[in-house]
Amino acid sequence: MPNSPVATANHEVHDNPALLHHFATEQQQKNAASLGMWIFLATEIMFFGGMFCAYLVYRYKYFGDFGSASQQLSITLGAINTTVLICSSLTVVCGVRAAQLGKRTQVVFWLLATIVLGLVFLGIKADEYAEKFEKHHVPGASFHYHELLPGQEKLAPADRQYANSHHAEMYFSLYFVMTGMHALHMIVGVGIFSVVTFLAWRGKFTPGYYTPVEIVGLYWHFVDIVWIYLFPLLYLIDRHR
Amino acid sequence: MKEVMSDHNSSSEHISSIGSSVAIWLALLIGTALTVGAAYVDLGPFNVVVALAIASIKATLVVLFFMHVKYTHEKLTKLVIATAIFFFLILLSLSMADYATRMWT
Repeated sequence: MPNSPVATANHEVHDNPALLHHFATEQQQKNAASLGMWIFLATEIMFFGGMFCAYLVYRYKYFGDFGSASQQLSITLGAINTTVLICSSLTVVCGVRAAQLGKRTQVVFWLLATIVLGLVFLGIKADEYAEKFEKHHVPGASFHYHELLPGQEKLAPADRQYANSHHAEMYFSLYFVMTGMHALHMIVGVGIFSVVTFLAWRGKFTPGYYTPVEIVGLYWHFVDIVWIYLFPLLYLIDRHR
Repeated sequence: MKEVMSDHNSSSEHISSIGSSVAIWLALLIGTALTVGAAYVDLGPFNVVVALAIASIKATLVVLFFMHVKYTHEKLTKLVIATAIFFFLILLSLSMADYATRMWT
């Protein structure tokens, strides 16, 4: 009876079990969820913003040493990871679109593709971290840094200047905190995507209710944007020398 | 019934086409390649400016098209985004205004 066309036409749309009683329409409920997510993302901007600010201050003060330390990172791995994240944003868009069109198996496929790409990103990141441990470039008691300033290898050996290891350690502290917080967000994202994928597989979403797919998509795109800024700032300092 | 259906459709969210999503995806990949290429060109103090400009264009594309902000009718969402960016820029600009002028006598 609640699903009959007559009931739908005479009253407000009350046939959707996902519509909570304190919302008038599905659209209002969806807008409230979306706005809440954007307010959360605004707090995330300020959270990462503090780290970006600290990074800018130290990069300004220790520019040469930051350039030297930055060049210890692999541009290839960084660029591959950027590409992986951009591709994962596309698979999220495809997943949200499939949910809007009510195509259950496609939603599951695109969400799984996103999880796989997220795991590829984390795998490459773990490989980069392992190399930092091997080279003693992890800040702390065993930190050791003896590398040239950018462009110094062109000079005669006696004239070459080395980077200040304390300043390089500051770079690696910021590198690990910023990429580490980003990776933590990726891990949380993969976890939430797993739950949403399970719900999609169980057929919980319809073209009238797919809010969790859209909300987790917003989160994933935000994490992608953070990396879009991290890649040039951390990997590409003073590379032209 | 028909009226309800059309009413529902007019209020539902924008469904992005495959074509436009792939176009944005390509633009993001080209932006990544440009960033890497520009890092190897000596632009003096403008290297970081170019890098941040390309990153900001990429971020704007993601927000507008992938996060559907271009198609939302919800002004509050846009207000939240503008507010967050505004306070983030205050954080950066006033901090740097301090640190960049400490050597001045």
